[in-house]
Amino acid sequence: MLVHASPDIDRAVGTDHDRTCPVSIHDMTVAYHRKPVLWDVDYAAEDGELIGIVGPNGAGKSTLIKACLDLVPRASGSVRFYGGTYKRQRRLVGYVPQRESVDWDFPASALDVVTMGRYGRIPWCLPPRRRDREAAMHCLEQVGMADYARRQISRLSGGQQQRVFLARALAQDARIYFMDEPFSGVDAATETAIVALLRNLNAAGKTVLVVHHDLQTVREYFNYVVLLNMRVVAAGPTAQVFTDENLQKTYGGRLTLLDKAADAVAGAGRVP
Amino acid sequence: MTAGAGSPHEIPPSVRERTARRRWVAPALAAVFWVASACGPANAQVGHGRSPGEGIGTPRSLADNAVTWPSGAQLTRALLLRDYNTRIVVLGTTLLGIAAGVVGTFAYLRKRAMLGDALSHSTLPGIALAFLLVGHKHLPALLLGASASGILGVLAVVAIRRWSRLKDDAAIGIVLGVFFGFGMVLFSLVQQMKTGEEAGIQGYIYGTAAAMIERDARLIAACAALVILGSALLFKEFRLVCFDPDFAAAQGWPVLGLDLLMMGLVVTTTVVGLQSVGLILIVALLIIPAAAARFWTDRLVAMVALAGVIGAVSGWLGSTLSALMPRLPTGAVIVITAGGLFFASMIFSPHRGLLAGGFRRWRLTRRVAYQHLFRALAELEESAGEGAACSFKDVQRVRSWSAGALRRLVSRSVRRGYIDADALPLLRLTPVGRTEARRVLRNHRLWEMYLIKYADIAASHVDRDADEVEHVLAHEVIRELQWSLAHAGRVPPSPHPQEVSGP
Repeated sequence: MLVHASPDIDRAVGTDHDRTCPVSIHDMTVAYHRKPVLWDVDYAAEDGELIGIVGPNGAGKSTLIKACLDLVPRASGSVRFYGGTYKRQRRLVGYVPQRESVDWDFPASALDVVTMGRYGRIPWCLPPRRRDREAAMHCLEQVGMADYARRQISRLSGGQQQRVFLARALAQDARIYFMDEPFSGVDAATETAIVALLRNLNAAGKTVLVVHHDLQTVREYFNYVVLLNMRVVAAGPTAQVFTDENLQKTYGGRLTLLDKAADAVAGAGRVP
Repeated sequence: MTAGAGSPHEIPPSVRERTARRRWVAPALAAVFWVASACGPANAQVGHGRSPGEGIGTPRSLADNAVTWPSGAQLTRALLLRDYNTRIVVLGTTLLGIAAGVVGTFAYLRKRAMLGDALSHSTLPGIALAFLLVGHKHLPALLLGASASGILGVLAVVAIRRWSRLKDDAAIGIVLGVFFGFGMVLFSLVQQMKTGEEAGIQGYIYGTAAAMIERDARLIAACAALVILGSALLFKEFRLVCFDPDFAAAQGWPVLGLDLLMMGLVVTTTVVGLQSVGLILIVALLIIPAAAARFWTDRLVAMVALAGVIGAVSGWLGSTLSALMPRLPTGAVIVITAGGLFFASMIFSPHRGLLAGGFRRWRLTRRVAYQHLFRALAELEESAGEGAACSFKDVQRVRSWSAGALRRLVSRSVRRGYIDADALPLLRLTPVGRTEARRVLRNHRLWEMYLIKYADIAASHVDRDADEVEHVLAHEVIRELQWSLAHAGRVPPSPHPQEVSGP
């Protein structure tokens, strides 16, 4: 998958990373308590595409994102964003964590949370400025949550909370977005809103990597897909990669007959 | 635990003079003293100025347990801060309450409040060791020892959590117990020293706010200023780290460093508060004001400020009460006062309080009953034609109500103009009632359809589930549903045409 623009130069500077690639992962291994969760991941994301990261529970999907963003230590390997380390290119990357990762009973309004997306641009010890709050408000509008800006976050529904998280990532104004299960446990209206948002980001030329668990909608939502189960089983255009054979390799015995049947039915109606 | 001979509450005149000469060091504090001293002379022996032998830890027989109630004169003296000692103690504990409330809010929201307990208990070996090394009650050495071993305790918790699979509660329990035990062993050595000052060390365990002198109050004032300044400057950073540390790290904030700064403020507050509240109870002053403040507000700024106020009020009320009844230990009274404020908040808070919650549940039950009645009437009308009346029996056949409950419900509906009074004992909807009943029925059917369409619940089970959700979900959710389902063309016509927001 890796594109070697100039192997000599790459060797000279000690990397195998391409500067035009939004996210390139080279030889990455991640371990929790001595047990490896991800093995030798090599992957280069396609620029400006919607990419689904799919795999069974415990496949290391969230860990992949967290290791890319330096949130969990890597046992080996390196990650580059347009050729630079995360530390250098942080401003280019937006992050939507899993909704369950925070305590929603925190004393904050929806607008407060979205404004946090701008904190990275505000110097130490200074409060958010008026234009930060205006930008945050604009992001809330984009996810259809402007009416709820002042509402305490625990009084939002699960889907609304998810949209607040998406708006916070939008407020980061990044070129690459990582989203961890944005579709999990949301209502129909939120699902529609998220899909519309993904399409907008795609149209604006952003690269979006989404951890996704619903096999039935993969073909509909993503042009590219990464099949992950502790290692990258397959990656590439959805039409080529998202096949029964690859799914079988990814899920093994865990892909039940029912899932496959449902997938086949859904797929038959949707494949272009 | 009983204190030995000698009372720590007596302040030698020399100390008083020395501290008085150094007032320029804290001009703000001096100004407060100046205002307070204008209220009256500062020489009486009420409250915290006690005769020897009446100290907190002095052994007494069980028979001697009567509480001496203060006279009116004593009450005014204490409330108006007429006594120098009372002024110092009240000021010191109030400032401590502010500091603990403010920094406690962040510790509470970071879910680190119990780490404060491990921290405070871990200070004991440091205090005892410092005393053993220095040989007398040298405050800077004791505070340094307390801070050092307290920080060591926190680091031990962090290390256990990091390098083992133990969870926080176990790690805190282990460190707290071991450090405190170690402190008690060293403490027994201290008690064997015949310096006459070992009783002062006792105060660090249970707290002797009454022994506070101006120097201690100044130290607390400096700590409160540090905590308020630090929290104000790092407000944005603390908020982010408390809410979502992963996101903070992804944005490049040094989460560990911010945690350490936050813990540093907790350490400072704990250490300066040891003398007055004691290491066993200080954690309560960190947690309780924050937890109480959470009941009153959903905004972090307000919560921090309110926790400071609740801490201050606890400190002020608690120390005043214990000044009036000198046998009561100040630290304990402060914590009990804070506890009282907490329970009052828990019961009476308008949004999260028990009373408000009970009232809301009662209202919900009533609304559910109304909606059941309306739905039953609307469905009966649907089959029998508009304007048809039905009997109590008909309704009871559709919905299982006791006769009494249904009668009460109907008479309330009649009073509100939903059911035609002239038709009684038959039940007929008024035009207003009909509009409402159809709205309820429509919401219900929307839900039924949603459940059939999206949740893969067998149609035979839908009715019961719909009963649950339609009463719980808010109007905006129902509007979202209408929007997503309107294009299906299966939504029953709305009684309010203006409500339809779909295409």
